[in-house]
Amino acid sequence: MKSSNVKNERILYGISAIYNTPDEILHAAGKVSDAGYKKYDVHTPYPVHGLDNAMKTDWPILGYVAMFLGLSGAAFALLFMYWSMSIDYPNVIGGKPFFSLPAFIPVTFEVTVLAASIGTLFTMLAVVFKFPNNAHPLHDTAYMDKVSSDKYGIVIEAKDMKFDREEVVDLFKLTGSEEIIAQYYDSEILATKINIFEPKFVTGLIAMAIVTSAVTYFSLNVLMDMKPFTWMQFQKKLSAMEPAEFYDSGFSMRTPVAGTVSRGHKPYAYENDPEGANTYLSNPLLATAENLEVGQKKYDTFCSPCHGYYGEGDSRLRGQFPTPPSLHSSTNRNSTDGRLYHIITVGQNTMPSYARQLNPTERWQVISYIRTLQRALNAKEEDLK
Amino acid sequence: MMIPDDLGYQRKKLSLRGILIGAAALIVGAIILGMGYAADSVRASYNVLVIMLGLLSIGFGALFFVAMEHLFNNVWSIPFRRVTENLASVLIVVPVFAFILSFNMHELFPWLRPEVLDADSYIRGKSAYLNESFFWARNIGVYILLMVFFVLLVMRSWRQDKTKNPKTSWWISRSSGAFLPFFAIAITVVAVDWAMSLSPKWFSTMWGVYYFSGSILAALALITYISIDLTERGYMSKYISPDHFYSFGGLMYGLTSFWAYIAFSQFLLIWYANIPDEILWFMDRSQGGWLYFGLALPVIRFLIPFIILITKPSKSDPVRLKAMALFIFAGHLYDLFYVIMPEYSKLIGTPSVLPIGWIELSIPLVVVGVTMVSFNLVSRNRAMIPVGDPRIKKGLFFHL
Repeated sequence: MKSSNVKNERILYGISAIYNTPDEILHAAGKVSDAGYKKYDVHTPYPVHGLDNAMKTDWPILGYVAMFLGLSGAAFALLFMYWSMSIDYPNVIGGKPFFSLPAFIPVTFEVTVLAASIGTLFTMLAVVFKFPNNAHPLHDTAYMDKVSSDKYGIVIEAKDMKFDREEVVDLFKLTGSEEIIAQYYDSEILATKINIFEPKFVTGLIAMAIVTSAVTYFSLNVLMDMKPFTWMQFQKKLSAMEPAEFYDSGFSMRTPVAGTVSRGHKPYAYENDPEGANTYLSNPLLATAENLEVGQKKYDTFCSPCHGYYGEGDSRLRGQFPTPPSLHSSTNRNSTDGRLYHIITVGQNTMPSYARQLNPTERWQVISYIRTLQRALNAKEEDLK
Repeated sequence: MMIPDDLGYQRKKLSLRGILIGAAALIVGAIILGMGYAADSVRASYNVLVIMLGLLSIGFGALFFVAMEHLFNNVWSIPFRRVTENLASVLIVVPVFAFILSFNMHELFPWLRPEVLDADSYIRGKSAYLNESFFWARNIGVYILLMVFFVLLVMRSWRQDKTKNPKTSWWISRSSGAFLPFFAIAITVVAVDWAMSLSPKWFSTMWGVYYFSGSILAALALITYISIDLTERGYMSKYISPDHFYSFGGLMYGLTSFWAYIAFSQFLLIWYANIPDEILWFMDRSQGGWLYFGLALPVIRFLIPFIILITKPSKSDPVRLKAMALFIFAGHLYDLFYVIMPEYSKLIGTPSVLPIGWIELSIPLVVVGVTMVSFNLVSRNRAMIPVGDPRIKKGLFFHL
């Protein structure tokens, strides 16, 4: 703080003493705490082990804060990954279960360390340094210069109950300090208020935000489209549906080896044998709500354009296509499930095969749904009960 | 602080207690092992393999710590260097076990069995490296070089007690520099040959580091236990302070995390990639009882030591340190058992049954017995702190 024309008063902060070795500071800190002083602090250029014992400080609470934050970080990371990977957006990754602990361990570890370290830092700033306070009476003093490079120092504050100038100086002399100085600070410091909306600071903040955004935009949207960053996008590889000079056929896609069967494919044994289908096939599915629901959906999508939503042959195609007979005819009602299955699979008259649109299970589900429609128009006596 | 002129050390002969207990354990263990050989020589030979790798761990780890101390000019560990050096003497005994094993090579290593080689072109493809003559050639070579470094690092330090020549320390630190690259290769060769090749189809590029991380942890645990025990019984300098113990505790804590990091990394990569050649080893260890045996491993080797050693007071409290040192050492034997014995279960056709019976009692008994006897024999006629080292005072009056 620069001095101004406001009337300034020098206030005694405390008395400082400088020592040359860590052994001396340990000894002196022990003497000061033995003498019963409470408001004093020790400054060293690096953490000197054993100071906490010499100063008889309480067991610090910061360790528990770090443990609490670390465990919270671990719990948060695990729960978040559990929620996102197995509840909100479950995705099969590498054939692993949705909640696969080993894959989550590295992330959990990182979040634990991050939460513990950053959280502890902010706790320390808030509790020990009383953020947003950013000044201390010892700042910019010769004492601070020394204890932050190669000397060790103690300050006993004037606010201490037992503070007495002569006694403190005597104590420091007794412990072997050769540099004992009274530290003052200006009264105007107390009147200074921290103004975070200072124009210079705000301008700087805005400028920084603009620069950061510009650099981010440039690197993500412009730089990524330049060579050499695009090399990976244009690799020597074959894409489906693209011509390929590599193969004699000129196509990038290859014909499967003769006799290849796709996964889960079951060949249809009664391709040219409607009687066999009629005799030997029967619906393997029960008419459960789930099956009928799928059947209805598939029927409405693939069958209803011609057969009508209720199977009455009321085509929505307005004569552009021959209208099929009603599904409620007695022929249809009395035909076996196997016959219907055969018609769906192979086709009949102008009706093409629907084997590509409907897999075998779906065909049976559609048949179950057709049976339900037929039953609805031609209910039996006992259905009315 | 005023530094006194003396070292606070009175040379005392170690009491006979250690050697007697060690000899008793060794004799009982050897009798069990002998009976084991009579009853089931294959199973006994797998036990001997665990014993040998356990002793090698101690020797390798101890030599490693000696070299590290000289290379990095550690000060705090100098008063305990004699313990480390004397522990390395178990290396002298290791060939005895290798000799015993040489009679059961065909039961131990599938790549030596003609019927396996005939059936599996995969294993046959590795025979340029995995063949009997090259196996013995490289292992004997590694052992001879290890003994050369034992002389250079340990025996020269023993001699320094009498000569008090400061130049010797300079020479040892130069030898340590040469030792470390050799050490990295040697421990990998030993780990791959004696443990990984039990399952010759499988491979892990982290295997050497895995054995290394377990070994240095086990050696450090023994060094910690013996150093604290000898200090408490007054065989060491009286100037040894809690700050020295704190360094042991901190190092054990750090290396425990290191082991967990290595072991988990190896598992994670193999588990994630899920390639048939690589998951083989873990599949063998997920059968029946072995699954639970393996699930307990991270708890024993990582979780318990990690939680107990996490606080500051526990890192310098001799009682907790000694307990954890013994626990960590037992954990290493458990780890080696987990590495080797499933191959025996697989060999005899019961891959899900844990082979734990009276024969297995010989593993801890022989390892502890050999270590105690060799340590005591070597230590009886020597000073327990390296009195000839020029930095010994710096080490004794070390504080954090």
